Amino acid sequence: MNERVARLRQATLDSRPRLSIERAALITKFYREDKTASVPIRRALALRYLMEHEPIYIGPGELIVGERGPEPKAAPTFPELCCHTLDDFEILDSREKIPYLVDDRARQVQKEEVIPYWQSRSMRDLIFGEMTPEWKSAYEAGIFTEFMEQRAPGHTVLGDVIYRKGLLDLKADVAAALFRLDTFNDPEASAKRDELRAMTIAADAVIRFSERHAEKAEELAKAETKPERQAELRKIAEVCRRVPAHPPRDFWEALQAYWFTHLGVVTELNTWDSFCPGRFDQHLDPFYRKGVDDGTLTREKAQELLECLWVKFNNQPAPPKVGVTNAESGTYTDFANINNGGLKRDGSDGVNDVTYLILDVIDEMHLLQPSSNLQLSRKNPDTFLKRGLEIVRQGWGQPSVFNADMVVEEMLRQGKSVEDARCGGTSGCVETGAFGKEAYILTGYFNLPKVLELTLNNGVDPRTGKKVGVETGDVRSFSSYEELFSAFREQLHYLVDVKVHGNQVIERLYAQYMPAPFLSLLVDDCIANGKDYNNGGPRYNSTYIMGVAPATCTDSLAAIRYHVFDRKTVSLEELRAALAANFVGHEKLRLRLWNHTPKYGNDEEYADAILVDVFNAFFNEVDGRRNTKGGCYRVNYLSTTCHVYFGSVTGATPDGRRAGEPLSDGISPVQGADRNGPTAVVKSAAKMDHARTGGTLLNQKFTPQLLKGDDGLGKVAELVRSYFRLGGHHIQFNVVTAATLHAAQAEPEKYRDLIVRVAGYSDYFCDLTRALQDDIIARTEHESFAQ
Amino acid sequence: MMLSQCRCGFGPSGEPSEWADLFDLAGIPHSTISGMDGPALTTALDHTGSPTTSGPAGLVLNIMHFALHDGPGIRTTVFLKGCPLHCWWCHNPESQSAEPEVIYFEERCIHSGDCVRACPNGALRLDEGRLIHDPARCQHCAECVSACSAAARQLAGRWMTVPDVLAEILKDQVFFEESGGGVTVSGGEPLMQAAFVESLLAACRARRIRTVLDTCGWADPEVLLRVSENVDLFFYDLKLMDRERHQRFTGMKNDVILQNLKMLAERGSAVVVRIPVIPGVNDDDHTVDQISGFLLPLGLREIDLLPYHRFGSDKYRRLHLLYEMEGVSPPSDAQMEALASRLRRDGFTVRVGG
Repeated sequence: MNERVARLRQATLDSRPRLSIERAALITKFYREDKTASVPIRRALALRYLMEHEPIYIGPGELIVGERGPEPKAAPTFPELCCHTLDDFEILDSREKIPYLVDDRARQVQKEEVIPYWQSRSMRDLIFGEMTPEWKSAYEAGIFTEFMEQRAPGHTVLGDVIYRKGLLDLKADVAAALFRLDTFNDPEASAKRDELRAMTIAADAVIRFSERHAEKAEELAKAETKPERQAELRKIAEVCRRVPAHPPRDFWEALQAYWFTHLGVVTELNTWDSFCPGRFDQHLDPFYRKGVDDGTLTREKAQELLECLWVKFNNQPAPPKVGVTNAESGTYTDFANINNGGLKRDGSDGVNDVTYLILDVIDEMHLLQPSSNLQLSRKNPDTFLKRGLEIVRQGWGQPSVFNADMVVEEMLRQGKSVEDARCGGTSGCVETGAFGKEAYILTGYFNLPKVLELTLNNGVDPRTGKKVGVETGDVRSFSSYEELFSAFREQLHYLVDVKVHGNQVIERLYAQYMPAPFLSLLVDDCIANGKDYNNGGPRYNSTYIMGVAPATCTDSLAAIRYHVFDRKTVSLEELRAALAANFVGHEKLRLRLWNHTPKYGNDEEYADAILVDVFNAFFNEVDGRRNTKGGCYRVNYLSTTCHVYFGSVTGATPDGRRAGEPLSDGISPVQGADRNGPTAVVKSAAKMDHARTGGTLLNQKFTPQLLKGDDGLGKVAELVRSYFRLGGHHIQFNVVTAATLHAAQAEPEKYRDLIVRVAGYSDYFCDLTRALQDDIIARTEHESFAQ
Repeated sequence: MMLSQCRCGFGPSGEPSEWADLFDLAGIPHSTISGMDGPALTTALDHTGSPTTSGPAGLVLNIMHFALHDGPGIRTTVFLKGCPLHCWWCHNPESQSAEPEVIYFEERCIHSGDCVRACPNGALRLDEGRLIHDPARCQHCAECVSACSAAARQLAGRWMTVPDVLAEILKDQVFFEESGGGVTVSGGEPLMQAAFVESLLAACRARRIRTVLDTCGWADPEVLLRVSENVDLFFYDLKLMDRERHQRFTGMKNDVILQNLKMLAERGSAVVVRIPVIPGVNDDDHTVDQISGFLLPLGLREIDLLPYHRFGSDKYRRLHLLYEMEGVSPPSDAQMEALASRLRRDGFTVRVGG
């Protein structure tokens, strides 16, 4: 990287995340003064107010400009969604992991202005106020989490619209839609009018934000003494005058257009998984080729601009999260996940020059954000895969690898058109979506082993003694495994009901009170439908519940089936007593369960067949239920850091796991249970029907030796291709030695740069909790399979 | 990844009668060579104790999936148990004996005494918190293995039929196809179970799975010739050219090994010669000159140099065996590279590491 990029990169690495109170203060002031009746118009006016008044930052040497807060790493809060208490601020400021510095002014503003207005008005308060006692007891027991209690629905990714149309063009589309409104026959015409007008205001808001950057750049240029920087600032001003009001004309404008769009979305609301340019290589390719062809762009210049943008992503820590939301997703990363390669709209190989350029950028920048992945189709060349694996083998967890053909298949099953499917991809951790056309809302993690725990205790949570589930029978009455499994299904049915009931209410609350008119401008077909992103406006509307720890659940069921019903060496009652005692006094039984039970992840039918049963049970409960936006519920399997939280509230499990220990992550085998090597792991994992999910996450930890040289790299590439041929959705690699990780635990200060793959993302190892660090170390090291 | 470097060999130069003498010399029962697989077929038990179906059974030490250093592509390596040789540096000592054996992982032991109670032969006792094993009484019945909750006692070697092993191999077919891999039969010395290996390789060939045979070459030439019909590539171990030194370090002379290698070369088999580089044993110029001089006229050009390593030393303790290489350090990368360059100058294609 050149000197400019090196300086910017160092600056983003050196700056510490802090909480910025500016947005909260501004939005509180706006809401106190503004009395607009229409909710969407008021939301759009709020955005316009923010975009007009937020401080503008243009840092030294920057080429791509714009921050979410007043400076890099300053994370705003969203009191309209989650109004932090002063105690929350103390926790954010002082917690050991993922802290956000909170200054005295922030505390004062929060206390004197924000809390008095937003207390009991925030979405969080509304949501908890509407939840039933059944929902609350399941939530508190750790059966499931709730994504929307501190953050807005999101999980959306931009398509190609901003490269074709400026915001002014979109405003024209809105005007046309307003013109077409059928006031005589459409009972929703009035609501649609409000929504469309709100979109117009939101477009103006973001255009104003870019103009203010142009003004700032011009002002800095006047004061600048170095002619070179002065010229750059003038160029920045020119770019900011052009985009995103008008469509970009060149590579630089395309990047800046994206970045302003990004900032608009993440300022309007704190959407989950930030926002993401999606198939960036394909969107940028025409601008790149044009620039290179007409001599206005070189590969080096394009790389520098991309790297400047990368710094911008890394400057935006996730919005400060507290409580369960922090436990389920304890990280600074906000999950913007750049897709590379894959297929083009017409189904042909999507790898292009920009793909390789972006891979070079990822390699050089070595930053936590943005996350990146390969969308690997059978049509893509191996060169592309191997280039990605060269980066993987450096051991900082990026990029992960997705099966682009399976991603398409998943979307086709959900009823999307083949073109929309090919233009889609994956975002967040592993979530499949039709980019630019879908709201695919993740609503919360679902603790599958805990459901089994309730089943073994007739609906009672042994941790608290409270009845959380339904009575599915006393285990003493079960005379067969099938009876037990049917009780498990019954328990699951009830708890999914409870979760979905809550979801439906929350979905309506967001539709009613928290529309996102700016985001709606960008997603097809919100304008044409005159409906908000949060109210079924997009072409596709999916709602997800994420199954957690299918492996722990499978191994536990396998242990019961094998030892209780097949071998009859222990009764369900004895087993239950051992679990209640957390195996204290039952260590021999624990070891037997751990060592002498068929386990998922070894390509052996006994346990793998149970995995498929668990998969089907969860799928049948969730998939196809109708949401409130004209779409359906779907499942996917990822856990982010939630398997650690769920583990902490789940007692000892029949697979030999002790109470409080992490559950298995994603669809990976239980830590240490896979003993036949990675081919067996991928064979087992491929036995679930990935096509019926919206994403699965498989973690494999390799030591650097395995990827050594062309030969090692080639064989891992072949392993990936094999897994995908078998229908796997995603695989990611942690390439690191356990010795290194232990050393990092001992002397964290020496390993501050150590990034490891956690779940659907990478994180600084030293920022992880001790439990999660231990969990990562425990994941099987596939260095040697020799006895 | 496992490095295969445990072949060693010795053999007579011709007459069948000579074989018997050699087996006596090696302390191997005559039946073992030709009959270990044959007669055991119908009576062999699988690991759960149920009788197996008919067909030759093999004593399998381990089936390793995702083997990356046992031939082209991603392979599945079947390690068979039993070896006529006893190389000092063998890193898989548990592969030497042609019987199932119980291995003891002391660090896992919880001293519950379950194994002591389970043993029908009184071969185990607890003495002041230490588990004492009497090899004279042990019948390797593995009762202690199933009794041990902690998996501190594990069985090395189980009888499997060809269909059993083939089913395990076929699980990995997709990886073979993606990578150009296949099955590698290794050991121990696979040719100690010739009928089983012959049948297994034929079955693989019938399913179009590419085969590698990893051998020390110490085998009846007729058997080797027969087996070679279904072998796509040989990994053939060569340790020393000097027959007396060969006897000293491996327990056997090397005449038949050299002769068999010559036979394969003349037959036109694809062969990679694998040389374990053992400091102080075969890393001297003289030995390397000898090896080079032997291979050149045979037209064999592919050599893998496998540096000696100590990863197996713990296993000797687990088997209560003496490790004769104590104090020997692995060769440095520079030494390995020098040896490789030396051989490359003679026209060989040399890879360091397997």
